[in-house]
Amino acid sequence: MKFKDATHLFRLAGVFAAGLLLFVALRSFLVPKSFGQYGHFRGDALADIKAQPVHYAGHEACESCHSDVLDQKVKGKHVRVNCEACHGPLATHAEDPGGITPEKLDTAKLCVRCHEANTAKPKWFPQVVSADHSAGLACNECHQPHNPVIVAEEKTASAGEGPKPAPANKGAKK
Amino acid sequence: MNITRRHFLVLLPAAALAWEHVLAGTPELSSNYNTSDHWWGMLVDIEKCIGCGSCVRACAKENNVPDGYYRTWIERYRIKEVNGLETLEVDSPDGGKNGFPSSDEPGVKQFFVPKMCNHCADSPCTQVCPVGATFVSPDGVVLIDEKYCLGCRYCIQACPYGCRFLHPEKNVAQKCTLCYHRITQGLTTACCENCPTGARQLADLKNPKDPIHEFLRTHKVQVLKPHLATQAKLYYNGLDGAVR
Repeated sequence: MKFKDATHLFRLAGVFAAGLLLFVALRSFLVPKSFGQYGHFRGDALADIKAQPVHYAGHEACESCHSDVLDQKVKGKHVRVNCEACHGPLATHAEDPGGITPEKLDTAKLCVRCHEANTAKPKWFPQVVSADHSAGLACNECHQPHNPVIVAEEKTASAGEGPKPAPANKGAKK
Repeated sequence: MNITRRHFLVLLPAAALAWEHVLAGTPELSSNYNTSDHWWGMLVDIEKCIGCGSCVRACAKENNVPDGYYRTWIERYRIKEVNGLETLEVDSPDGGKNGFPSSDEPGVKQFFVPKMCNHCADSPCTQVCPVGATFVSPDGVVLIDEKYCLGCRYCIQACPYGCRFLHPEKNVAQKCTLCYHRITQGLTTACCENCPTGARQLADLKNPKDPIHEFLRTHKVQVLKPHLATQAKLYYNGLDGAVR
């Protein structure tokens, strides 16, 4: 059997071929180069996400200058509490120590974030009812935040002007 | 140019090194972080969590999370008996950002559960994305390509842990990135950095020196919704069976 009037089939094939070519050309133009580099996503997205600025410098950065604070911390219970957990995000200060100075902290608000008594907190964690515990005194009147244990000698040494004796753990839970 | 076989053999390794150097690009531009050397996860120790909200605040500041949305949050579970039946109450005021009010009820078991993306190795959220905008990175972190995300919300519904949200202004899905910008430069995540009791610990499962391996060997850790077989990498120690 002989095909008659086959030219329209060739024309159709031509349209298909042109369509395919257009698709391939558009695809190579529209799909980013890095798509599929690691999987079904844009490989460059990893670099985009990595480029986000850091706000918390990390305790190693703090300790590289403030080694004196580290020396105090290693003696006490707060040794594993990292600097920025209390002092806030200070990557800007780590980059420009002279230009940006961290704010002074309000221990009356800060300490109770962790140490206010709450029945849902694990029993091993030191907790106080702040209203009963310090009679309105700021925490750092008695406790030195970097090493919070109250040392008797320190109290007597500076008894003249500063810290008043703690109200004997009144209101302390465990 | 005349090169003897001896000379050729001597020059061959040098040429190979030079070619490798060319392929690697400029040393200053290529970071020494290699994605194939890491497989990230996290360990949460329920017995250490005090519900202070430091992680939630740190996450919000580090990642500019809009108010009212959370990439990580803390839930308080209260399990009590009512008419002989165990009933569960869960609350999370403002994601636990400012801690929790104390509730003195006798005979109630209470504890905190920090939650965030589980960084599943076989994640339902990445499977449903129609455009390849969310994916598991080669180092095991579930991420979102904000330039590719259409904001169709499919992944938000697919996440069995409720860890995704639609950013109200950018109109793209967002979630915990495991602080990818930090861990790839040797820092820990913002939540781990700021956890005062060490209840959260970043873990590199491909690093044989990471303490996580010792911990996983000696503790019976759990993941959330193990029956979904998502291969979650957020391990919980001391998790109560009531936690969903």
